[in-house]
Parts: sequence; structure tokens; C-alpha cells
Amino acid sequence: MQQQNLHNKEKELIIPGKTENLTRIRDFVKETTLEIGFSEETIGNLQLAVDEWCTNIIKYAYRKSGNNIVITINWNTTKCYISIVDYGPPFDPQNVPEPDLEEYYRQHRVGGFGIHLMKTLMDEVQYTSIPGKHNQILLTKHLKKGIK
Amino acid sequence: MAEFTTKIREVENVSIIDLNGFLDAHTAPHLENAFTELINNKRFNIVVNFKELNYISSAGLGVFMAFVETVRDNKGDIKLSNMTAKVFNIFDLLGFPLLYQIFDSEDEAIKKFNEA
Repeated sequence: MQQQNLHNKEKELIIPGKTENLTRIRDFVKETTLEIGFSEETIGNLQLAVDEWCTNIIKYAYRKSGNNIVITINWNTTKCYISIVDYGPPFDPQNVPEPDLEEYYRQHRVGGFGIHLMKTLMDEVQYTSIPGKHNQILLTKHLKKGIK
Repeated sequence: MAEFTTKIREVENVSIIDLNGFLDAHTAPHLENAFTELINNKRFNIVVNFKELNYISSAGLGVFMAFVETVRDNKGDIKLSNMTAKVFNIFDLLGFPLLYQIFDSEDEAIKKFNEA
């Protein structure tokens, strides 16, 4: 992960991938991004983006294994990076098309919205997978001027 | 643990589901149970009141998609009311206002059933 030594602060949460831990995950994102100085609205969006990706890992990659998820937030004066690492099968979100709601309605599909939400709410989404080792998504949010 | 509760009320021919707390992948089954209960009791005119809902993720949105067709096939509907701006924004981002009627107040949603 190349970030040109710009980041100066970092916080990490290692937590079992279970849906009951989604609250703790959202709280971690909130506590950390409050410290960065984001608005309440942006913090809500960051919580949702992270929730969506972790939910995806828990439901489709880990199923009931409860393997760990590692969430690292680091930031500098211009950008906030949220890295989420998992140890399940690879799943590249870039390959997921934008959902067509009316088509979903006709097909009785109830899922598939989360990844679209995550991509919409973040400024950049980058995915890498090292087969047999881990997968990482890197979510980036730009800091507006005036935020420390 | 995410706190989430549902409460079902009856107002004439309409069932109201009050949502409270955080609706995510962990708590979505509670809402599924509420819909299942209403459908089993043949209550198909449903208003979901979001006034006390603090948070929704796509797992929560999926619940509405899962039940709406059954409800409409039985000449009912799921109408939504009293969303905070934050929660409405998520519905709006995904285009849900195309598929669901969303009202500022519960009363307006109930009236709509009686007009139909």
C-alpha cells in the first residue's frame, strides 16, 4: 500500500467477523473519524460504507467461521484511508454492476445494494487480493479544507 | 450488540410497525419476523414508521424488497413514514422512492390507504 509517508495517525481494530460485532465496528469508525474532524453526515456515510463491506465479508466470505477482520484507519491532512482486511475467498467489488432497482424488484432480489452504496459514499475504492493470504479493500475519503 | 426493536400497532384497517434503533445485518431478522407475523395474520395494509430509527444499512433495505411483492399481491402495500433526513438519503441513493411511497407523517400514509 503506497501512501507516500503522508499519513501521521493510525488506529486499528481487530475483531471477529460476526454480525453482532457490526455495532462495535461502526462505533470504532465513529470514534476515529470524529477525531479526524469529519462532519456528522460524512461520519455516518463512512460508518455505512464500512458496515456494508464488513457485512459482505461476514455473510458471503466467512459465513459462520467468525474469522478476524482487521480495520485500520489512517489519515493525513488531505485524505483518510480505511483499510479492511479479511482472510476469506477473494471478491472484487469492482466487478459488481450498479443495481437496477426495478429489475431487482422483478427478480425478487433482496441483496446487492451494499456494494453500490459503499462505492457511492466513498471517493475512492481500491481492492487487492493476495490469493491464499488475505484480501484488502482500501476506502478513501478526501478531507475538505478546514478540517484539521 | 445493536439495539433494535419493532412494535406493531393497529390503526383501523392499517398495521403500523414502529422501528427503533439500529437496523443492520444483525437486527434485520427482527424486522423480517414482524412482516411475517403481519402476513400470517393477513394484515396487508402496512405503514412502517421510521421516527425512532437511527440507522439503516442495505441489509435492512433488503427486508422491504423481500416482502413488498407478497403484500401487493394481496392488494395491500408497505408505505413508509417519518424518516429522518439521514435515513431517507440512503433510500434515495438507491432509488427506493420509485418503488415505495414515503410520507412525512404516519397519518398521511394511513389516509392514503383509505383513499385507495
